[in-house]
Amino acid sequence: MNEEKINLLKDKLKSFEIEYADATGTPQLVVKKENVVSVGEILKSDEDFKFDMLIDEFGVDKFTKNERFEVIVSLWSEKHKDRIFLKIKLDTKNPVMPTLTGVWKSANFNERETYDMFGIIFEGHPDMRRIYMPENFEYHPLRKDFPLMGIPSSLDLPKK
Amino acid sequence: MGLEEKLSGDGFITTRVKDLIEYVRKNSIWPMPMGISCCAIEMMAAAGPRSDISRFGSEVFRFSPRQSDVMLVAGTVTYKMAWVVKKIYDQMPDPKYVIAMGVCTCSGGMYRSYPVVQGIDQFLPVDIHVGGCPPRPDNLLNGLMALQEKILSSKKSLVKTDGLTQ
Repeated sequence: MNEEKINLLKDKLKSFEIEYADATGTPQLVVKKENVVSVGEILKSDEDFKFDMLIDEFGVDKFTKNERFEVIVSLWSEKHKDRIFLKIKLDTKNPVMPTLTGVWKSANFNERETYDMFGIIFEGHPDMRRIYMPENFEYHPLRKDFPLMGIPSSLDLPKK
Repeated sequence: MGLEEKLSGDGFITTRVKDLIEYVRKNSIWPMPMGISCCAIEMMAAAGPRSDISRFGSEVFRFSPRQSDVMLVAGTVTYKMAWVVKKIYDQMPDPKYVIAMGVCTCSGGMYRSYPVVQGIDQFLPVDIHVGGCPPRPDNLLNGLMALQEKILSSKKSLVKTDGLTQ
């Protein structure tokens, strides 16, 4: 995206509180979690941008005291061949954000994986279950405080 | 060959039932190909013309556990998959054997992390461990021959007291 287009984007999203950054050449929008659905709808439907494809959505555990978790969304515009990142910073104790499945349907599995691995809850998700780990598993393995070898006897094995 | 000449004289040979059963059993171990990941490619290579597992009487890969004698567990077993492997093992008729093929099944291998079972002998009675990542077909055949030796020199009685073969 060139400078001109980024300015146009800033103009269209001026009613929201957004920090603009540059992630090695790709524009990155740090969005408040309350606004993420409205921003997403504008990005998807606006003819000048048309970010119609959700490439990826994943979590990050920064392991800091405040705003420990982040969710990063990677978007692609098939019409303009543009790429953009959305970053949502989440609370340490209560990492909850609204779901993006209403805007991009393909966010479904990505959000389930993020919930499974980081324990980030997506409000309004149609099927908020674990996707990889067994459903009776109690931990979130990609959190920094989870030991690599797992927690003994947290996963069942069949009897010999 | 030599057998007809020997039998043409007296017409019979003497042996023990246990030995005879073990002898015929060891040369026709039908595998259940539990190909979970990349080791399965080497398992297929072992069945191909170059290695030719049929030289050892094990060419009949049965995808039904009810028709097979040995389970070739070829690949990484996760905690979730362990239940499936065990379920299929339970459906195999006795006598049944297990070959753990590759280091992932033997000990977890390079997957030293939380979702992978660190050795399937935690939930299955493994007869032969075949190392390698993945093991070459020769190594798998070596494991198969070791299993044949094991069957031949089996210490446990094949005839139970109730008259049913084990």
